[in-house]
Parts: sequence; structure tokens; C-alpha cells
Amino acid sequence: MATGGVVTSYNARAVRADTPLLNRVVNARTITYLDSASSSLPPRAVIEAMSRYYELRHANVHRGVFTTAVEATEAYESAREAVGRFINAPVPMEEVVFTKNATEAFNLLAKSWGAKNLGAGDVVLVSEMEHHANIVPWFQLRDATGVEVRFIPVTDDFRLDLTNIDELMRGVKLLSITAMSNVLGTVNPVKDLAVLAHRHGALIAVDAAQSIGHSATDVVDLDVDFLIFSAHKMLGPTGIGVLWTRQSILTDMPPFLGGGGMIADVRTDGYLPAIGPARFEAGTPPIAESVGLGAAVRYLEGLGMAGIAAHERELTTDALSRLAATFNGRVRIIGPRDTTERGGVISLDVEGVHPHDVAQVLDQFGVCVRPGHHCAKPLMRRFGLAATARASFGPYSLAEDTDVLIESLAHALKMFG
Amino acid sequence: MSNLEDLYREIILDHYRSPRNRGELASPPAIRVEGFNPLCGDELVVYLDIEDGVLSDIKITGHGCSISQSSSSLMTTAVKSKSLDQVRDVIATFKQLMTVHEATLEHEGEPATVDLRAIGELAALQGVVKFPVRIKCATLAWNTLAQGLDQAQ
Repeated sequence: MATGGVVTSYNARAVRADTPLLNRVVNARTITYLDSASSSLPPRAVIEAMSRYYELRHANVHRGVFTTAVEATEAYESAREAVGRFINAPVPMEEVVFTKNATEAFNLLAKSWGAKNLGAGDVVLVSEMEHHANIVPWFQLRDATGVEVRFIPVTDDFRLDLTNIDELMRGVKLLSITAMSNVLGTVNPVKDLAVLAHRHGALIAVDAAQSIGHSATDVVDLDVDFLIFSAHKMLGPTGIGVLWTRQSILTDMPPFLGGGGMIADVRTDGYLPAIGPARFEAGTPPIAESVGLGAAVRYLEGLGMAGIAAHERELTTDALSRLAATFNGRVRIIGPRDTTERGGVISLDVEGVHPHDVAQVLDQFGVCVRPGHHCAKPLMRRFGLAATARASFGPYSLAEDTDVLIESLAHALKMFG
Repeated sequence: MSNLEDLYREIILDHYRSPRNRGELASPPAIRVEGFNPLCGDELVVYLDIEDGVLSDIKITGHGCSISQSSSSLMTTAVKSKSLDQVRDVIATFKQLMTVHEATLEHEGEPATVDLRAIGELAALQGVVKFPVRIKCATLAWNTLAQGLDQAQ
């Protein structure tokens, strides 16, 4: 599976040593963290960067003249630059907008660009495997403007059903699609979908929340129009997310939230919005979080995204084959079995054991997995499930995590069997 | 600290594997009331036959985790054939059992306010309070039953 030196040079054990929370003992067992798809664990470099910021440089950004205020502004804006570099944005300072999280970024997209450009007769095309964050804002826009929300179906083998895609694309102004399903682990052909969308005169928005911290993302190579993700799924802190879009599109987008920081001028008869990303960053932004995000980006760059991707692919291949071999069908995998075009998110349906009970028993072994519908109810309905128990890998995951997962799953089956 | 055995007692697993009073009642005349737990996707339907102030029959359908399913089953055996006043008393007692007392969580031990001998098999569910996120699983059927009783009035 490993090609050349990429995998051998990647040292997940060193990443583990950098991640303090992985030393935590729960129920007399060292934690086995398999919930990176929900939130990843920050390395010491991120935690310390945020602490140092608060200890030495904290002040409000912009407009300040005193030394620490200038430093805080520089820190915030340099995080924008780092994020832009990480996704190969052509003009980072004009294209990277900081939000509260990926969900807010989708709301910004729908309520700013969407409200201006979409109306009755237009279509937003999403898929059945989307997170609610890429569904509900479009329904809200539909209720306000009459835009149609259409769904690409998912096949029985957990892939996008693109059989009738040209028909589905009729009337579509925006294709808004996940790069990787947070339930199935399916990786979608974003680059091909961008070609398709543009051929139909539509734009393409990509939910990169699940892929951003696990493989390289290049907005120029992918040729997408919007990219959305959050910091806490890429070893950064909670409280900050990103909307990237081309400068030409951003310039034309109306403001989202109103308030301080997003204006050029305010008078008693109205206001003028600011130019650039600031237009969408009303109020005091998440400054310490931006510092943490910048540190996370540098940490990931140091590890190398290709190495992370290869490592997680190896872990996933191993886990899928061992789960199948050990449980002989009693633990069903809700997602693709082949590891091409698939990430390290493994949804499990355990025979006779409800996902909440699975997660409860696993906790006794210090294993962190997530039970529930994973904010993807249309997808759960598609497969006739109320919930799954989901295990997911991160850059610090090791094959021994799978050992404990299997040990604890066997216990759950025995207990309820 | 909390052990898995506190939560998954044998009575609970037994009621999960072989739920009592499972099924439907013709409605009408039975009262039919639905309960949802949107966080975990648990759904159940409670059917109530009430005659002369007595809960003469109760049946439940739906799906959920072992705690919600066994709590539903235990509830049906605790309230069936009881007068509505008695049913309300059992509900109140159970809700009390499921109330998190900070002192209880910190110092172990049982909530002193519920006489465990008086509630029979339901006492098996007392371990749930040590797992606060699971309390909503245990109370779903009971809240749905209470809703049904309110409808009956």
C-alpha cells in the first residue's frame, strides 16, 4: 500500500506524543480516541500558541496603535495568510473569511451569495450524504426565495449516484457537495464535479470539513468556487471556521452579519460595507482561535498531508479487513469496503446492540466513538437506520487503537448477545 | 466510579431482550401517543386502554437503546391494571429516581428520597443516574405515558 518513503517517514507515534489529551486515563484505561470526525485533538503546539497569545499579545484587532494591538492584528491576519497558503488560495488576504465554524460558513454562503443570486426557478443541488449544515441553510433559503433544493441520490454501495447527473444539473446554479461523508467515509470526485458544474454554468461549493485535516486540499487544482471547513477538525481549536471563495465572487457578495468591523462608514442614514473578508467578520473575531488555527496549519504542513493521508488509508484498510474477519458479519460497515476514494471514518451497525449501548460499553474501555445520526438524517433514512456507532481516525491514530476497538466491540456483542 | 454493571443490570438486559407488553392496541378506543428523542433518534408509541379510572391495558412499539427499551418494558409491568392515581404516583416516583442529585453523584450512594423496596424491579434502573446522558433514554417512555394520561383527561 505504501508508495516509497512517504509512509515510512510519517511518524504517527510522534504525533501521539505531541497530543496531550491522548495521555488521559478514562475508566482505568488510557484513552483510545476514535472521534476525530467530530473533533480532532490539538497538539501541544496549538495549545501553547494560544496560551502564549493570551499571555503576551492579547488585544483587540484592527485600529489599535499600541504595540500588543498591532501584534494581535498581525497574528490574526497572518493566520489568514497561513490558511490561504494551506489550501493554495491565489489571494489569501482577499479570499479567506473567518467564521465561527463550518456551519456558520454555510449560512454565510446561503444568506449572502445565495440570497443575492438564487431565486424561484433556480436549483441548489446537494446530495443525500450531506451534513445538515449543507442542507438546512438551503431549505431556509428555499422558504425565503423559492429556490429548489435537489438531492443527488446515494447508491447501495455508498457512492454518489451520478447516473442521471446531467438531468439533475438542469437549472442548477450551485452544486454544494461534501468532499468526504462524515458518516460513510466516502470521498467524492470533487475535481470532476467542478468540471461538470462549470460545464452547466453553475458554481460549486465544497464542504471540506471531513477532508481538510486528512489530505491535501488545493482550490486551484480542484477549480472549486467555495471551500468551507472548520479548525477543530484539523487539529485546531473550536470557535473558528473558514469560507474561502474567489476574490471575484467575494467582492460581489452582500454583507452577512452587521456590526462593528464590517463597515467602511456608518451615518445616521445608513452604512457602507467594508471591502474584502472584513465585510463578513462583524464584531470582535476569534483572535486566539485564529492563532491556534495558524499553528495547526503549520503543524500539519510539518507532518505533510500526503503522509497523513497514506497513514490513515493504511489504518482504514487494516481496520476494515480486521473488523470483517473478526465479527463475521455481526458488525456491519455502513460505508464503502474498498479504501480507494475513502477516508478514515467507519460507521458500524452492531448486531443486536443499539449504537448508544455500543458507545457506552466502549467507554468502559476508554474508547471514544460517536453514536447517533451524525447530523445526516436524510442519509440515515436512505439506509433505514436510526443511528450508527462511528469510529474515525486522525493523524495520531495507530493500529493498536483498532485492537482496543475490536476488543471492546467483542465485549459489547457478548454482553447483549 | 461508575461501572457498566450498575447500568446494565440483568433485569434491564432481560427486559431489553424480551420486552413485555410490546405491540399495539386498537386506537380508538385506545389512546395513542408518540414519543421522540431527537438527539439519538429513539422513537416509541404508547397505547393506553383506560376503563373506569383504571389503566386496564398498555402496549408499546418503537425502537431505541437498551435503556429506553427496558425502561419502557419495566414501566408497562409497573403501571398495568393500576388506577390512574396509582399510575401517576409511580411516574412521580420514577422521575424522582431519575433526578440527578449532585451530592449523590459526588459521594456515591442512592437518592435517599425514594424507597427502593417500594418500587420493585424499577429499582434496577437507578444506576442510570450515574450516567447522566442516559437519563433521557430512561425517561422517554414515562414522559410519553404522562402525556397520554393528560390527553385522557
